[in-house]
Amino acid sequence: MSAWAARLENPLSARLREPTTTGFLGIVLGAFAAFLAIPPIEARTVTWPILVGIVAAMLGIWTVTRGRRRLGWGAVAAGILGIGLGILATRSSSSNLGATFDSTLVAQTLSFATPLVFGAVGGMFSERSGVVNIGLEGMMLMGAFWGVYGADKGGSWAIGLLVAAGVGGLLALVYAFFAIHLRSDQIVGGTAINFLAVGITGYFFVQLYHNNPIPNGVSLLPNVHIAGLGNFLEGSVGDLSVLTWAALVLVIAAYVVLFKTPIGLRIRACGEHPRAADTVGINVYAVRYGCVVLSGVLAAIGGIYLSEGPQGNGTFLFNMTNGRGFIALAAMIFGNWRPAGAAAAALLFGFSSALALKLQVYSQSAGTLFQILPYVLTLIAVAGVIGRTVAPAADGKPYAKQ
Amino acid sequence: MTDPGPSPPPEAAPAATTFAGKLALKQRAGGIIVPLVTVIFAFVMSGIIVAATQHSVHTALVVFKEIFDGSGLNWIAHPTTNLFNTSAYNLSQTLLQTTPLILTGLAVAFAFRCGMFNIGGNGQYLVGLLVANWLGVDLAGLNPFVHVLLCIVAGTLAAAAYAGIAGVLKATVGAHEVITTIMLNWIAYWTASWLVGAGGPLQISNNPTDPVSNQVSPSARLPDFWGVQGFQGLHVGLFISLAAVVVFWVLLNRTTLGYEVRAVGFNPDAAAYGGISVRKNYIRAMAISGAFAGLAGTLDMLGGAQNYQIGQLDIPFIQVGFIGIAVALLGRNTALGTLLGALLFGGLLYGSFHGLGSSSVIDPTLATNLTYIIQGLVVLFIGADILILYIWNSRKKLRPPTAGKTAKPAEAAS
Repeated sequence: MSAWAARLENPLSARLREPTTTGFLGIVLGAFAAFLAIPPIEARTVTWPILVGIVAAMLGIWTVTRGRRRLGWGAVAAGILGIGLGILATRSSSSNLGATFDSTLVAQTLSFATPLVFGAVGGMFSERSGVVNIGLEGMMLMGAFWGVYGADKGGSWAIGLLVAAGVGGLLALVYAFFAIHLRSDQIVGGTAINFLAVGITGYFFVQLYHNNPIPNGVSLLPNVHIAGLGNFLEGSVGDLSVLTWAALVLVIAAYVVLFKTPIGLRIRACGEHPRAADTVGINVYAVRYGCVVLSGVLAAIGGIYLSEGPQGNGTFLFNMTNGRGFIALAAMIFGNWRPAGAAAAALLFGFSSALALKLQVYSQSAGTLFQILPYVLTLIAVAGVIGRTVAPAADGKPYAKQ
Repeated sequence: MTDPGPSPPPEAAPAATTFAGKLALKQRAGGIIVPLVTVIFAFVMSGIIVAATQHSVHTALVVFKEIFDGSGLNWIAHPTTNLFNTSAYNLSQTLLQTTPLILTGLAVAFAFRCGMFNIGGNGQYLVGLLVANWLGVDLAGLNPFVHVLLCIVAGTLAAAAYAGIAGVLKATVGAHEVITTIMLNWIAYWTASWLVGAGGPLQISNNPTDPVSNQVSPSARLPDFWGVQGFQGLHVGLFISLAAVVVFWVLLNRTTLGYEVRAVGFNPDAAAYGGISVRKNYIRAMAISGAFAGLAGTLDMLGGAQNYQIGQLDIPFIQVGFIGIAVALLGRNTALGTLLGALLFGGLLYGSFHGLGSSSVIDPTLATNLTYIIQGLVVLFIGADILILYIWNSRKKLRPPTAGKTAKPAEAAS
């Protein structure tokens, strides 16, 4: 007995046996099981993915018996999924695998994730302060159009970025006025913002450019070139847009602001219990206005990436966001209203988009089906099957000052 | 609002617990005037946009005249059933667009009356559309009446089940229906793209690269009653959606089910205290709501569209369910109001598309975008009940007190 007690007091060993640790370890191992079978590791036998997957599932079961049921079942699911994907990958030919899972997949994942990160972090600020922002899609679309317009007329991508941020903030200000001061239903208001953005961008696209593609030679968002990293790494992160790196900074900054500063505490207080925040002297309206406008600015910057980034090449298309604002919203929910979670979800969704693009070469229908993944995952997440997502308590509830 | 504490000052709207509660309040406050004010507001503001960008007030006025004429509503002035008459033809096309909008509007309205926001009309519409297409193609050669009925019933039920997912999730784990229905929208959209995409199960059989579905067989087509069969004539689906308006009214106002749905919508806690199962009603209301939207999809498939191509519908995918929201809000979530709202938006859609398609004063492609702006403004202002109430109340205050002084003190204060 004394030996057991001594081991329990050992801090590292005790921490390793915490159900939280084992659960997360199981999920990571489950993901690793699938990665074993694809390049750059590319084990050509099914043995390794199966072994690692079984370990992941066992860790999950252990976690379930220790009380963290949802996390545990998540690890079990990750293990089984890892085995399945591993077997699938070892069955397909090595050259196809090499063509699919190369460094450009990483680069494309990051590229697809960039606008989602901006949108999701923006939406997170708004919702943390207690205002649901369904209008992210519209604010993104505004950024996409007015960003190109600014870059075209101003002659520089930086001016385009400023114009996009300004217009996104302005639209968000209109929404904030309706949602906060007029206390209109926030879902209705957000829907209206989405309509308005489609109409306004479409109208001015015709008015200013006569529905033609915006002329070539618009100053584009620059890429950051990093040399001397080696083949794989340079292919994946050596030539990314400046906004992709900015997104990384944004996630860290959002975490620090939201959880480590007094401003963040105020924002969260307004989202959890506005009356209490008001009582201690926080100006709830001011905080909410600030957060909603910030969400508009960030969403619009995400939007300009679509038109001015490497995928857009300086052209605007009618309704070009095509649901990306809603994926950003989904990423925020899937990430449980946290910056790191939202970024991870955006990466996952970006990965599914990048994979969908790659798979289209082999099978059109498989590529299309992969596009569903973000929405199904979010649906599962809000259903509470794997780790329940919890919105801020006063999210979506207008606040009336006394 | 769950904040305990003293009630808000009487100038503001009393804190209603749910959206449906707030709507009931608005209904008492403004009647039909508020929607009218909202629409006029939206038209005036979009008129200002046109006038400002075209540098001419006259142009703006001509634009609205052309939209009105294009919608065929000037048919009232000299009615005729002769389709060679432009206004009669335009009216038939406007009614064709109105048909699904009535139903998606009813779908949103029904969920609203239960205190829920069904933003998933798009997805449910698509489910109805695709099921109707599948059965309409596969069961070719059936008795036409049986075939049409089968397609409509199956599509409607499938959409009801699809919307029911959101209802079940809300009832069991409390997942917010707005989030779940948005996700279901996009799941439906990509599933549809897969179904009719290259190599998909519903894709056209004689051309494996064309991303379009097969045409429904002639036995599954809804007969046109006004216009040339097969050439965008007005089909009998209009009567089905008019019947749905009656069904909506009876269901909501004359049955136990409707009473329970409305009770839950006003105040779920009070309804539960009164012995009504809130969970059961969430699921039921969401399924019925989805059934209306799905019915719209089946009618569009069997009547006008007859096949599905990604991004190629009379009313594009991103629109049909969302316009339903505008329609329902404008119609105060009542049966008759939704019908009128659908007619307005149907007219606006076709009128701006057709009437400005040959416009003499502005670029025709501006027209549809103007419609989106007007829709957005209508939805924006109709949601801002306090603004409208404020204007309404200040108008009352400005009016000199009536001679009889019949106003009760409580009313005078509000």
